[in-house]
Amino acid sequence: MAKKKESTSETEPKSSAPRANPEPVATKKAAAKPAERVTAVEMGARQREISVSEFFTKNRHLLGFDNPRKALLTCVKEAVDNALDACEEAGILPDVTVRLEVVPNGEPVAPSQASRFRITVTDNGPGIVRQQIPRIFAKLLYGSKFHRLRMSRGQQGIGISAAGMYGQLTTGKPVKIISRIGPKAAAHFFEVQIDTKKNEPLVHENKQIDWEQPRGTQVTLEVEGKYQKGRASVDEWLEQTSIANPHVKLIYQTPEGETKEYPRTYHELPPQPREIKPHPYGIEFGMLLKMLQDTKSHTLSGFLAGDFCRVSPQLAEEICKTAKVSPTAKPRDLKGPVAETLYKTLQETKIMAPPTNCISPIGEKAILSGLYKQIKGEFYTAVSRPPAVYRGNPFIIEAGLAYGNRPQDQNKPQQPAMPKAEGEHEEEDSELARVIRYANRVPLLYQQSACSTFKAVLSTTWKNYGLTQSRGALPGGPLVIFVHMASVWVPFTSESKEAIADYDEIQKEITLALRECGRRLGLFVRRRERAASEYRRRNIFELYIEEVVDACNRLKGGKLPKEKLKEQLQKIANSRTGGAKTDEALGKTGAGPEGLPHSIIVTAEGVEGETELATRVEADQATAAPSAEPDLLGDTLSVGEPVSKKKTAKENRPKNFPKKTTTKADQIALFAGESRAKKKPGGRSTKPAKTVAPRKPK
Amino acid sequence: MTTKTKKTTLVEKKLIGLADIVIQSAERAKDPTFQIPIRALSNVSFNERKGLIEMGSKKQERSFFNVGMAKKFMQTVLVADALSELQRADLTTSLREIYYRTKHTIQDSHENTFDTQDESDPVIEDLEVSLAALREELHVRAENSGSIVGPVVFGDDGDRVDCAKLGKGGYSVPSIVEPEYLEIRRCTADFLLLVEKGTQWNRLSEDKFWRRYNCVLLTGNGQPPRGVRRLARRLHEEHRLPVYVLVDNDPWGYYIYSVIKQGSINLAFESQRMAIPKAKFMGLSSADPEQYELPRNVGIKLNEKDIARAKELMNYQWFQKPAWQAEIKRMLTSGLKYELDALANKDFQYLTKKYLPKKLQERDWLD
Repeated sequence: MAKKKESTSETEPKSSAPRANPEPVATKKAAAKPAERVTAVEMGARQREISVSEFFTKNRHLLGFDNPRKALLTCVKEAVDNALDACEEAGILPDVTVRLEVVPNGEPVAPSQASRFRITVTDNGPGIVRQQIPRIFAKLLYGSKFHRLRMSRGQQGIGISAAGMYGQLTTGKPVKIISRIGPKAAAHFFEVQIDTKKNEPLVHENKQIDWEQPRGTQVTLEVEGKYQKGRASVDEWLEQTSIANPHVKLIYQTPEGETKEYPRTYHELPPQPREIKPHPYGIEFGMLLKMLQDTKSHTLSGFLAGDFCRVSPQLAEEICKTAKVSPTAKPRDLKGPVAETLYKTLQETKIMAPPTNCISPIGEKAILSGLYKQIKGEFYTAVSRPPAVYRGNPFIIEAGLAYGNRPQDQNKPQQPAMPKAEGEHEEEDSELARVIRYANRVPLLYQQSACSTFKAVLSTTWKNYGLTQSRGALPGGPLVIFVHMASVWVPFTSESKEAIADYDEIQKEITLALRECGRRLGLFVRRRERAASEYRRRNIFELYIEEVVDACNRLKGGKLPKEKLKEQLQKIANSRTGGAKTDEALGKTGAGPEGLPHSIIVTAEGVEGETELATRVEADQATAAPSAEPDLLGDTLSVGEPVSKKKTAKENRPKNFPKKTTTKADQIALFAGESRAKKKPGGRSTKPAKTVAPRKPK
Repeated sequence: MTTKTKKTTLVEKKLIGLADIVIQSAERAKDPTFQIPIRALSNVSFNERKGLIEMGSKKQERSFFNVGMAKKFMQTVLVADALSELQRADLTTSLREIYYRTKHTIQDSHENTFDTQDESDPVIEDLEVSLAALREELHVRAENSGSIVGPVVFGDDGDRVDCAKLGKGGYSVPSIVEPEYLEIRRCTADFLLLVEKGTQWNRLSEDKFWRRYNCVLLTGNGQPPRGVRRLARRLHEEHRLPVYVLVDNDPWGYYIYSVIKQGSINLAFESQRMAIPKAKFMGLSSADPEQYELPRNVGIKLNEKDIARAKELMNYQWFQKPAWQAEIKRMLTSGLKYELDALANKDFQYLTKKYLPKKLQERDWLD
């Protein structure tokens, strides 16, 4: 697959060259003097090579630079993707800072009016060796990720250099890079531009500087752009990135001067994805030819067994036999019809599915923690599907849901209880669900309706799970649907990586994942509704008893033993609404989210389900912004020990994380005891202990 | 006021009875339940002998500890309370005032006892039927929306009202016209003409039609309110006035006539005191356009609702007389309806000078 990409991007400029150039000239001449002819020699003289960079200068929309707003996002995205890929590959928990600044062009303007921005992205990654810096940032199609089949955010080695080139085109400013590979090494500062003709870097500045960071890379781009909040904005992209990457600490300084901090809430790096060899089902004929040429093996059977995954030497022999080629033939000699037969045989032979350890899913817990951190809801759940394969490429689908409004938030608007006048009604929500899509942990913001994930969401019958849904529309309600596809090769519908193509296998997996999420949501919604309706029933009677008793009393001329009548009526009401049973249905007895694995339920009394995760997230958020909710967590944090722990954690951040085992238990005990002390002392504090043991999926 | 509160009226006793139901049920740990006669076509029958619509015996239960009925139950008790307050204070009031009187937000909630008047009106009607008390007896009045003119003299709160000396505006018919409130002192008219529309009543009054033909002109501005119906009934009963009804030629006009004659489905229990089984339908008949040469272009095309309603009427027991079936069928065949006002097409005073004199002379009416 990877080969295919390369071949198209290389051959395309060449093939388009003869067409692109002579045509306008020819028509011009033809218009002037129709009789004059151009000889083949003359035409041949006009043919010349087009450099990749020149091609992309003219076709920048292919890479996501269509308009200033999208271009700004693409630049940030490429820089952050690179930073995260580098950190993860080096085994470092990423700390990334993104700074957006307005570059004043004349007098200072508001960020929403500005047209020029400086983007600075800093990471704590491994750094880049000095010699490679210019080429990584100022040479298109240069990178480490293209030639291997392994899951990563970036793929083609175009992204950051294209962003640099975009900046160069629109502002004329070079890309500035600071990189340091360790505390003992010096930090290097570079200013590079790209020679768009030769696709080679031009180094403007190269010096050693003092840098406060012991290790990492900082990229500064100056580009033309437009900053606008809302859908498909830089803000949204970063927020969604933080949901799917809870192991990343992200600091975002907005052009307005605000600093948003997305704390790290999951303290394990995703497992390192392994590189795999291509699977025979996943290659095309042209690629097979190329592989035959490039292989180091001397025999065909050696080539088949060595250059592909899941092809054993025995199987290789068998394939050769079926294709009627000698197993000892030289791979380089295989051409034409013979090679074609071999290709067909490969496609028809039954070969085991590719190994799946080349993909690293986010994981249910991490998704939960990300959703819980960023989205205020009542119910969260996450599903990771087992690996599946499309066209020889292994992939994993993960889905998650965040549903509802936090109980605290629900109560807020109700507090100013105003009697309603005629014609006034409670406002009903008519909002639709929001779908957030990811491919290899990168949020996809554009072309939602073209995306396989979106189609799967639409085709799921959400009505079965207690939600409303109009025909061919998203389900209604306060719901966020999270879908992630992890694969060595995500099939995008276009070069700018905006939507996932519609393969049946992919669609099926997404649907299955969504259904499982939906099933859990349905259980939750139904449980809650049952409780609410019981509650409403009893509530109605309790409310009305008062009214009826008062009215009866007045009818009887005020001589009624009111309390007695009230008691009698309440007794009847209780016997008719199932007393203790209602309490149970209301969740007052504290039954956990039975049958709902990998879920978090937030109630007014506290958190159920994966409480460990939830409390952890809250603790992390408290560290990030201790002053944000002083009344809520103030008491808890002032207990002394945790505060000191948090401080040390903050100071040690760039190094490895301190072992959490003891801290974790402390925090849970602390939160559990504190938040529930008011209602049922002790009753709840045992519960988190039960769930501390991490539950594995089936 | 003190003297009045001492003596508990019959109606008030009935209202207090509701409170007793609640108290007694509570004593016995039973769900308090009211029995309310059903006010629908399914629970009325046409008594051919009496010529009245009568209410059947079907009842619905309204119990407190039923989620669907709890609110209605509570509302019923509240309205009963408000009505008994009226009794004690000896005041009359309107439906709307009862709605406001009983409306409040229930303690510790955002819920109102009533959200709109549409909720309280049916509760009042429920109480009327279940307590077998007329609205007038409950001291609830409707708007004064009727007028009367002609040789009749009333005593109203001690004032002498001579309807022959009230110009063309006439006397505004009060909502409650029971003998205790309105006394008919003298009536020398030969008949009573009940006109659907105020505009045509004005025409007749302005032309002094009543003087020439010695009749009483009464209007209820559309569907006549209870006061107008009850007054017509009293004049008919106490002074032997024949009653003629003049309405538009459309299904709604027919129904107005039938309500005056036989009583309404909704308030069938009141037919006894309201209906005038001997009332006659003077016009506009579907035969009139031809008879009086009304051009087709002053007709109005029947819409779907009209047609549906006309067919409904044809199925009512009290429209089964062949003349009536023919009347309605004729309208459906022509596909047109005519307003009384359309007579002005011929002449402004056509109604007064030609149409009614001819009708009366030819005794051209339907029973």
